[in-house]
Amino acid sequence: MKQGSENKHRTPAHIWLCWLLLAGGSLALWPIRRGIDRHAGGLGEHAETLYFSSGKTLRALSLGHAGLLADIYWTRAVQYFGRKRIARARRFDLLAPLLRITTELDPHLLIAYRFGAIFLAAKPPEGAGEPEQALQLVRRGIVANPGYWRFWQDLGFIYYWDLKNYKMAARAFETGSKQPGAMVWMKAMAATISAQGGEFRTSRLLWSEIYRQAETETVRRSALAHLAALKADQDIGELNALLTRFRKEQGSEPGSLENLVRAGYLKAIPLDPSGVPYVLGANGKVTVGAQSKVERHLLPESPPPPGADS
Amino acid sequence: MLAIETVDLTKDYRVGFWRKRPRRVLDRLSLEVEVGEVFGLLGPNGAGKTTTLKILLGLVFPTAGTARLLERDARDISAHRNVGYLPENPSFYDHLTAQEFMTYAASLFGLSDKARPRQVGRLLEQVGLAESKNLPLRKFSKGMIQRLGIAQALINDPAVIFLDEPMSGLDPVGRREIRNLILRLKENGKTIFFSTHILSDAETLCDRVAILDHGRLRGCGELREILEVGVFSTEIVLEKPSRDAVVALGPFTSSIVRTGDRVRLELRAESDLNNEVLAQVVRWNAKLISLNPVRMSLEDYFMERVGEDDTSLSRKSAKVRTESPKSE
Amino acid sequence: MIQRIRTIAFHTFKESVREKVLYNLIVFALLLIGSAVLFASISLGIGRLMLVNLGLSSIAIFGLLMAIFIGIGLVSKEIDRRTIHNILSKPVRRFEFIIGKYLGLMLTLLVNTSIMTGGFYMALYYVERRLGGEDLLPLEAIYFILLQFAIVVGLALLFSCISTPILSAFFTFCLYVIGNFLGDIRWLGQESGSRIFEKVTVLLYYVLPNFSDFQVISQSAHGISVPPFLLTSGTLYALLYVTILISAAILVFEKREF
Repeated sequence: MKQGSENKHRTPAHIWLCWLLLAGGSLALWPIRRGIDRHAGGLGEHAETLYFSSGKTLRALSLGHAGLLADIYWTRAVQYFGRKRIARARRFDLLAPLLRITTELDPHLLIAYRFGAIFLAAKPPEGAGEPEQALQLVRRGIVANPGYWRFWQDLGFIYYWDLKNYKMAARAFETGSKQPGAMVWMKAMAATISAQGGEFRTSRLLWSEIYRQAETETVRRSALAHLAALKADQDIGELNALLTRFRKEQGSEPGSLENLVRAGYLKAIPLDPSGVPYVLGANGKVTVGAQSKVERHLLPESPPPPGADS
Repeated sequence: MLAIETVDLTKDYRVGFWRKRPRRVLDRLSLEVEVGEVFGLLGPNGAGKTTTLKILLGLVFPTAGTARLLERDARDISAHRNVGYLPENPSFYDHLTAQEFMTYAASLFGLSDKARPRQVGRLLEQVGLAESKNLPLRKFSKGMIQRLGIAQALINDPAVIFLDEPMSGLDPVGRREIRNLILRLKENGKTIFFSTHILSDAETLCDRVAILDHGRLRGCGELREILEVGVFSTEIVLEKPSRDAVVALGPFTSSIVRTGDRVRLELRAESDLNNEVLAQVVRWNAKLISLNPVRMSLEDYFMERVGEDDTSLSRKSAKVRTESPKSE
Repeated sequence: MIQRIRTIAFHTFKESVREKVLYNLIVFALLLIGSAVLFASISLGIGRLMLVNLGLSSIAIFGLLMAIFIGIGLVSKEIDRRTIHNILSKPVRRFEFIIGKYLGLMLTLLVNTSIMTGGFYMALYYVERRLGGEDLLPLEAIYFILLQFAIVVGLALLFSCISTPILSAFFTFCLYVIGNFLGDIRWLGQESGSRIFEKVTVLLYYVLPNFSDFQVISQSAHGISVPPFLLTSGTLYALLYVTILISAAILVFEKREF
């Protein structure tokens, strides 16, 4: 061992080694992790389990922090839903349990019930296609929050839109209109559904109201899409009626919508809500253009507009 | 008035979880300490010195017998207003500075807002810690902690002061300072109860000592008396004595030790030998350096008492309170 | 007497404050509350709710940790470091020591909670841009959180007089957890069918500290006020329980030898 003035600050070899390992190891972490994720990606999907399926148990275990847990589960539910939507999934198995746990943890988390009312009931790929689960969720919401009249609106909406049960829908709106603080249009809606269940006007009222009350971007976008689809549906119904009139009066096939314009039945080819012109389909019925952003699939089989043949 | 009194003080500790075999740490200890005395409690490690101290301070409760402090039962802490205590190997609060700690101690004694800073400053000065008063205690050396311990023991100007190994951790300068401090306190009429296993300290400072061993009192008495109990012998030191001188003195000596130019002769313990011996020294013209009686040291007394199984000694509650020395 | 208790309390406070761990905990808690602001902006319709839940839960959890970890050392640390000899050799009564220690730690928790509450309201203001009447409701939750601390510190102090820090932490934490489940335990006893078991669970229900009534975070977050009856009865219960704990601690401490 050398003593004296030289080599006073010679760092031992093992110190250099440690620094090297530290830096190198940290850098290597990133690509290795990505490699694992890429290959184990398939496994990740199968691990779609809920470790706790009972919200009540969780609530007891949370030692007073159930509210925070509910918020976390709500976030999980929305993320889960978003992921499934992006993947264009046809099954949303965990959505109902997640929303159930969320509302068991925090029965006053109104937004969770409202979200479920729309997206649990809607048919895939827009939603889980479980209207019965949606009804159950909203009913529990009513029990826990008796003063919140909008849940009756949600109940009515599910019956109307997804289950086509206009009698129950009208009844829900009727009951809801009697709750303190309910808005006037609830009663009007009850009457409209009773009289004209399935009408475009009724549906548009409902979806407009949903858009107005929306608290998340997801719901807002969904409402707009539905409104656009409804408008398109109405336009197409009117255009089909024009076609029928043309066939009757002219005795021939129009062939295209331009012919209708030339024949004076239309001023111009109308644009659908996404700004794309309607076209005449091969089956002789009007449909939206190829470039159209209107999501017609959102509409359940709409009943034929009055006056046109089925 | 008795500053401190114990009567048949006994302390047993339970040992063993299942079988309650008691271990007797103090066995019928009876002591009395007068006001104004410096009293030394001596004994080997584990003798029960600290236990005695703790009982007197109400930290430990006796199994039998009584302990009284300033005429009050030891469990009555009202006496503590006039008591100062320096524990063995003291430890204080790392996170406080010296001044903060002293202020804390002063508040606990109930010193007024005005008196507090004055007393604190004065005592820190006295023990030589005035410069370190804003240093956190975790940075204190052992010696500094010991000084601080002494300072906090005196902050309330107590009448009785308990010191458990006060010199531990001090360098020779420190030891001398503390010795002087104790003597000064004695001059001011304070009572000092001093526990140590370093006999030389006790020898210099105490009026009376008690010797404790395995919980029993082995001996107690005025230091003066103990040390004068017998003159063992005399020693003379000669410088460069002639051989004849040494030979002449031979019969009178029990041991001869040569160190360089000096010869130390320990004479046999018969007092009338002195004159004979001196005559011989003069006759042979030996240069006399010193002539000293060799007394029993405290250490001798101690070693004699400790380890003894003489129950008669311990039964005697040796309240030696004579005014005049026994020897002539 | 008051003077000595005060002295010991402030000393305990100062000691806690100088404990580095405390600063880390507070900084972490404040960071968490700050991050809640971030969550609020991406939080899918429950921004304010999330902030209040996260903020209050942080205050509760960190405060609980502090209460336990400082509480268990209140007495045992002084015994281990042998500073207790110093204190008790002065004219300090043993009960003054216990009460002073308790008050000192409560003072520490009060100050810390205030700091975290301040941070919380700053975050709330940042997100809401205004503070209305309903924003005072979390203060009710914080009051109940403080009541919980009062009981937990009492528990920790009692255990600190009896056993080692690790065991004290364990027992205190266990009692806190069990104290949240007392209703379920009693229900279990009723459902069990065994008379003895039922009696035992009823006894436990009344003897052990009941924390479940103090959990009002979710309520406050939703703007539901605590009924005044609960406020007063909760306070009385906490005061009573703390008195019991401190009395027990004093009794244990009086008998201890050092």
